[in-house]
Amino acid sequence: MSEKKIIEERSLILNRRSFLGKTALGVGGVALASLLGANLFRKDENGLLTKDDSLEGVKGILNSLHHPAKVKRVIYLFQSGGPSQLELFDYKPLLNKRRGEDLPESIRNGQRLTGMTAGQDKFPLVGSLHNFSQHGKNGTYISDILPYTAKMVDELCIIKSMYTEAINHDPAVTFFQTGSQQPGRPSIGSWLSYGLGSENENLPAFTVLLSRGTGRPNGQPLYTRLWGNGFLHSLHQGVQFRAAKDPVLYLNDPKGITKEVKREMLDNLAALNDKHYQDSGDPEIKSRIAQYEMAYRMQTSVPNVMDTANEPDYIYEMYGPEAKIPGTYAANCLLARRLAEQDVRFIQLYHMGWDQHDNLPGAIAKQAKDVDQASAALVADLKQRGLLEDTLVIWGGEFGRTNYSQGLLTDTNYGRDHHPRSFTIWMAGGGIKPGIVYGETDDFGYNIVKDPVHVHDFQATMLHLLGIDHEKLTYKYQGRRFRLTDVEGHIVKDILT
Amino acid sequence: MLANPISKCLNRSLTGLYSLLVSIPVLFAVGCNTGVQTSETAANNEIHGRVPDKIDFTFHVKPILSDRCFKCHGPDKNAIEGGLSLNTAEDAYMALGKKKDHYAIVPGDVEKSELVNRIYTTDESLMMPPPESNLTLTQYEKEVLKKWIDQGAEYKEHWAFIAPEKPSVPKTTNTTWAQNEIDQFVLAQLEQKGLQPSEKASKEKLLRRVFFDLTGLPPSVEQINNFVNNDSPTAYEEIIDSLLNTMDYAEHMSAEWMDIARYADTHGYQDDFERIMWPWRDWVIHAFKQNMPYDQFVTYQLAGDLMPNPNAEKILATGFNRNHKITFEGGVIPEEYRIEYVEDRTVTFGTAFLGLTFECARCHDHKYDPISQKNHFELFSFFNNIDELGLTPGGAGKIPKPYMTITEKEKNGVLSFVQLQKSTMKEVPVMIMNEMEEIRPSYILNRGVYDQPTTQVYPNTPESILPFPEEYPKNRLGLAKWLFHKDNPLTARVTVNRFWQRMFGTGLVASSFDFGNQGSLPTHPELLDFLAIKLKEEGWDARKILKYMALSATYQQSTKVSKELQELDPENRLLARAPRLRLTAELIRDQALKISGLLNTEVGGPSVKPYQPAGIWEATTGGGGGSTATYITSTGKDLYRKSLYTFWKRTVPPPSMMTFDAASRDLCTVKRQETNTPLQALVLLNDPQIIEASRLIAKNAIDRNKEINDQIKYIFKLATSRSPDEEELSMLHNYYNSMLQKVDEEGIDPKDYLSIGDFEIDSSYSKNQLAALALTAHTILNLDETITRG
Repeated sequence: MSEKKIIEERSLILNRRSFLGKTALGVGGVALASLLGANLFRKDENGLLTKDDSLEGVKGILNSLHHPAKVKRVIYLFQSGGPSQLELFDYKPLLNKRRGEDLPESIRNGQRLTGMTAGQDKFPLVGSLHNFSQHGKNGTYISDILPYTAKMVDELCIIKSMYTEAINHDPAVTFFQTGSQQPGRPSIGSWLSYGLGSENENLPAFTVLLSRGTGRPNGQPLYTRLWGNGFLHSLHQGVQFRAAKDPVLYLNDPKGITKEVKREMLDNLAALNDKHYQDSGDPEIKSRIAQYEMAYRMQTSVPNVMDTANEPDYIYEMYGPEAKIPGTYAANCLLARRLAEQDVRFIQLYHMGWDQHDNLPGAIAKQAKDVDQASAALVADLKQRGLLEDTLVIWGGEFGRTNYSQGLLTDTNYGRDHHPRSFTIWMAGGGIKPGIVYGETDDFGYNIVKDPVHVHDFQATMLHLLGIDHEKLTYKYQGRRFRLTDVEGHIVKDILT
Repeated sequence: MLANPISKCLNRSLTGLYSLLVSIPVLFAVGCNTGVQTSETAANNEIHGRVPDKIDFTFHVKPILSDRCFKCHGPDKNAIEGGLSLNTAEDAYMALGKKKDHYAIVPGDVEKSELVNRIYTTDESLMMPPPESNLTLTQYEKEVLKKWIDQGAEYKEHWAFIAPEKPSVPKTTNTTWAQNEIDQFVLAQLEQKGLQPSEKASKEKLLRRVFFDLTGLPPSVEQINNFVNNDSPTAYEEIIDSLLNTMDYAEHMSAEWMDIARYADTHGYQDDFERIMWPWRDWVIHAFKQNMPYDQFVTYQLAGDLMPNPNAEKILATGFNRNHKITFEGGVIPEEYRIEYVEDRTVTFGTAFLGLTFECARCHDHKYDPISQKNHFELFSFFNNIDELGLTPGGAGKIPKPYMTITEKEKNGVLSFVQLQKSTMKEVPVMIMNEMEEIRPSYILNRGVYDQPTTQVYPNTPESILPFPEEYPKNRLGLAKWLFHKDNPLTARVTVNRFWQRMFGTGLVASSFDFGNQGSLPTHPELLDFLAIKLKEEGWDARKILKYMALSATYQQSTKVSKELQELDPENRLLARAPRLRLTAELIRDQALKISGLLNTEVGGPSVKPYQPAGIWEATTGGGGGSTATYITSTGKDLYRKSLYTFWKRTVPPPSMMTFDAASRDLCTVKRQETNTPLQALVLLNDPQIIEASRLIAKNAIDRNKEINDQIKYIFKLATSRSPDEEELSMLHNYYNSMLQKVDEEGIDPKDYLSIGDFEIDSSYSKNQLAALALTAHTILNLDETITRG
């Protein structure tokens, strides 16, 4: 079935209530059941998630999953700027021992450098000024600036062997989100909306929440194309939910009119449009009427999901005091849980400010404080609600940071440049082995010595958990079949349950 | 049938074969489900029915071979599996295996043709395409391939690479409908299918259509009335002539060119600082206003600096090739990005002028088209020779070299059209192309990666399209000459197809960006060639061609569609009706400005910043600062310029325009999506620009008419170009009354509702009446018909 056809059906589904009363043009031969059949995930007798025809939700392009899924939604806590793995997860005492010594050429081994440190004549090694201690059943080392994360370590799968090809922010973030360093391709959430559809007809399948870090408030920027639909239909674009008067752009009614007045306008509009449809015969008008109804429903559903006033105190205690301040990372984590409860397919957070080229020890402590409690709380909260078992939570940035100091190294201060060759992310949730550390770097924290995970491997694994074969979810554009993982990607089977 | 397998020497022209197309049984809306693949041109391959009696390579076989087989058995000689290429007859008929004892294709002998066995077998180890490719063939496609081999497995050169020749105009049974040759081509096909063209559109709707298509604005009520009351047989043609001479026409043509040229007011990567390219945009408008012939228009942009007597105008025009994104991200490796810039120019050249996907031959030979990786980098080398940097030192405000500086002197000279006086700067630096004396060597880059040069290459064009004439200079000027060489098979077709797309919504080749093997086939191949020849004969005169299209009966049909026709031809490929097209992002806003009287018709100059929800730039900006960190909304008349002049920040483009499918300007775009989403409803319902315009429209209606029914009729006609019928009028009148009542019941606060947007209306108007009528106008601006071309 072509996507155009699906979009057409999708709008008819949205308009189901009115549709059921009438017969729309062009659907004569299609069985009613399949027309209304949205793809919902359903647990089969073995407890595996499969797709099911149901009366709720909105269809995606896949008629069936490629294999049973482990999760049906993703929360991606993107740490923008490149968090230093060496201050957070990848404990390297050797760097403290050999502090100030030049990075051996045998370790660097031809790695290309960014323009920011390419001119340095020395690459003095530097260990973390923040201490590490062991946590959880396996005694996993976690930095002391992540005390809440440390307590959750038995729920997390920590991957210390991520690597990427890009060495600068724009291409590196774009690579993680779209599988290509250059702009123009669809973002992960758009691929999922396209492939799997939506399970909530009143909210977008792909939502985006932004927050600004305290570690480097003027960090590197973000770009709306990071949640763009690329060449996919614009229904699949990420919709930003903002801590502003208009939580979604243009959502609020104009001032001076009540909800009832607005409703009357919509009814009048629908009647006039329907009349024109009868005269002209273009089914696109039917679709337009349906989109107005969806917009109307969003005007209720979005504020409802954004309104956290009724969350009990213990929840705010879990997520931390900032959860009450709209637009903070903590508040966004709480919203992420609420969106997950509403079955939003892909919930993308961006927290800016991890780009610590200088003054790293102080800045990263602040940045860690921004995210530590709320990230851990989100995992715990999902778990206590039974949502973690079919949700994938991801925490990580676009690359790591160098084991040597950028700029002046003093007793209390240093910076770190971008490092693509090894960095750490964590995952938690359905289908992911909890409480493990995967992959290893050398004692210098520079090269991966065991189980490397490429960005495309990460993407392939994510799709796998959702029941998608990353080689099969494709879109033909300008004559070529594109996919999220481009021409590569291997599933990281070792981290799967 | 076995005689000469290579038919290209027999058929230099496709003309004789086009008749085959019309005999293809057309059965619409039959999905050919090949896994999960879809595409924007999916419909092209979905027109399947009974297997044709006579299989034609171009129209039946090649699309299958290309899409399902070429990935491993196509033009990419390094990716050939099993020693078999199906790209040419010689290769496909070759003996295979160590013993050279079997054949993929034996023309006329299905039994001996291994290809047939492989596509029909159920043995997964032998099956073609192999299961791991995730590609499959439908039963229909298998039968086509088999029958093709049975009938002699004849190969033909790709249709788009054979230069067009003027076809003869078909005769039709109906001899009264056609207005010009376009109609005879269209009607001939309709008659083959037993179909009739639609009735002529109403005069109101026809006027609306031609106004939007040629000027991007709707007609005024007076213009509609005059046209409706004018019975002169030349009235329509006179309107067309007058519209083509307007500045609105030039601006509207320019708007499309901005997508093709990926124009933006910022550099586009990470910090996304402001750049100054609007003087180049002023030149584009100027060129369209002068009706500069298309060949000259393009040559200026490709090679103005290399033309004889390169004056400031010619040099400014070369800014076309500097509109690509440029990084300012501290720390990038400059050469990596410099290569990206040259790539962007190469790919843009391919998409915009040749309708080919050159990007697909960057890392390896093209998988589908006869473009080798060497061809790619030979084309690349034309654009690799300016004195530019991958990373310009400094931050906001730095303009990457090479650039020209436009001062009062140029403004008083050949650049009089540059609206320098609108800028706060006395001198503006604009990026341009400027050939270096010493040639920078170009290489084939292994896997397309910047630091892996291999063989050195020199400026050249793909021989599969047209060999580069020896006498031409091996630079961008020579390239422009090659583009407009009389034997270039692509340029005129690609151009005229885009004009067609502009007037009919979809090109005769639906994939206006791809004329290669994976692209759509022309729905009316002879018509396409006829128009391509005509464009050349008319001296590449865009106005003449657009007028010719507008005068056709095909163009002037009604959009009304019967259930039967909708089901038979949902995509309107047969053109038995006019397409119903949603207005573009620009036109939706410009229409609201125009019909409310808010539109500021000033031309050119720096971009402006109309209403945009607060905080969007601020939420994503980094520490780079500069003029793109904070959105400072324009004031006064600058709020109401045409959307062509809206400031384009590439990493955070204007959200209301993006919602209506504007191109992101990241890359050259020749065709936009046309989508229908809930976010579009939210923009039309709640964008202050629409609400402010509604208020002004209501005020103007009150100024002109005493009676409420007349006021509503006036507004309705402004927005839709027709009068409401009784029922519509009564619905809107009832709505108005209800709104008046709501004001009384305090469901509406007129003061609040009437204060949205900057424009204030004097207090002499009754607030209650104005609010109720503004809400009525607000409703009318949201009608599907209002945002539809007509």
